[in-house]
Amino acid sequence: MGFDQYHEPAGELPAATRTFARLCASLTEEAEAIGWYEQRIAVETDPEAIAVMRDAQGEEFKHFTMDLEFLLRRTPPWREVAQGILFQPGDIVEHGEEAEAEAFEDSGPGAEGAYEDGSLGLGSLRGAAR
Amino acid sequence: MNHLLRSQAPIGDAAWKALDAEAREHLSPALAARKLVDFSGPHGWEHSATNLGRTSPLASAPSEGVSGVQRRVLAMIEVRADFELSRAELRDVERGADDPDLAALDRAAHQIAVGENVAVFHGWDGAVTGIGEASPHERASLGEVADGYPRQVAGAVEQLLCSGITGPYGAALGREQYRRVVETAEHGGYPLLDHLRKILDGPIVWAPGVQGAVVLSLRGGDFVFECGQDLSIGYDSHDADTVRLYLEESFSFHVATPEAAVALSP
Repeated sequence: MGFDQYHEPAGELPAATRTFARLCASLTEEAEAIGWYEQRIAVETDPEAIAVMRDAQGEEFKHFTMDLEFLLRRTPPWREVAQGILFQPGDIVEHGEEAEAEAFEDSGPGAEGAYEDGSLGLGSLRGAAR
Repeated sequence: MNHLLRSQAPIGDAAWKALDAEAREHLSPALAARKLVDFSGPHGWEHSATNLGRTSPLASAPSEGVSGVQRRVLAMIEVRADFELSRAELRDVERGADDPDLAALDRAAHQIAVGENVAVFHGWDGAVTGIGEASPHERASLGEVADGYPRQVAGAVEQLLCSGITGPYGAALGREQYRRVVETAEHGGYPLLDHLRKILDGPIVWAPGVQGAVVLSLRGGDFVFECGQDLSIGYDSHDADTVRLYLEESFSFHVATPEAAVALSP
C-alpha cells in the first residue's frame, strides 16, 4: 500500500531519506515493468501489439534510468561504485569488486559530505514534530 | 569542490562526519518552521529568487509604442553563523575521542535555528515577511498561566474556521510557553499538551525564538519555505590552533494565505 516503501517509521526518517526511499521504490517498479513487458513481448504474436509494448517498454527504460541517475547523484559512494561498473567493457564481476574496493577504501564521505551539495540533508521536518 | 570549501579545511573525514552529525543533532529539534510549513527544495546555492508570478509597472518606456512591466521575485536570503573550533579537539576526534568539545558548533546551530524560526514566524525587517506579522487576525494574549491556553488556542482555531481555513492545525510555541504546557496537567490530571493537540488535531512544536505562539493551518499551500542551499557546514580559514567554520543556508519565505495563521502574544 501507499507507505510500504518505508522500512522504519516515516516520522523518524529525515526528509532526504524519505525522498531516497520513494525513488528506490520507483526504481523497483520501473525494473519490474521492464521485465513484465519483456515477457509479454516474448509471447505476443500480433506485430502491432508488439510495437505498442516495445514503445511502452522504452518509456520504462527512461523512467528507470532517471530514477537511477537521481539516486546516484544523491549518494556519492553508490555513484563511485556505479562509475566503475557501468558502460565498462570486460568482466562485470571484476569491475564490481574493484569499484567497491576503491569506493570504500576510506571510511566514507567526510569532507565532501554525505549529500551531493555538501549540506546536512535536513530538508523538511514535517512529521518530526511531537 | 563547491563554495563550502570543505576539502580545503585541515579536518579529516572522521572529524567532518562528527561535525555534521553534531550539527544535525542540534538543529533538528530547534528548526520549528520546517515542522509546520511547506518546504520546497533544496534548489542549490545558485538559486537566487522565488517566482511570485507578479509584476510591477514601469514608469517609462524604452521607445514609442512599447510598454513593459517588471517581474517581481522574492530574493533568497543567505544566513550564516560563524564558529571556531580547536584543531587539537578535532585531532582527538580522529583518534577516536567520543566526547569532543564542540560547544561553539552547538551554539552556532542553535543561533541559526532561532534565526530561521524568527524570520518565518515573526519576520525579518526588509528581508522576510513573517507569518505573525502577515496575519490579519486580532492578536490575543496567552497570559502567564498555562490553564488559560486551551481557551486561547481554541479561539485561534475558531478564528481560522471563520475565515474558511481548514485544518489540521499546528502550533509553534516559544520556549517559555512550551515549558509551561509540558509541565502542566489540568484538573483530573490530563496533560495540557495532549489537550492542545486534540484542539489542533496536529502537533505542538518547540520553537526557540518565537515570542508567544503561532497557530496555523497545516493543510498546505499557505506558507512556503523555499530552500536554496540547505543548512551546511563550510570552511572559512584556519591557523595553527583553530579552524574557523560556519553554518550557512539560503532561503526565501512566502506567506500565500495571511489569514491561515493566528499569532498569540506571550
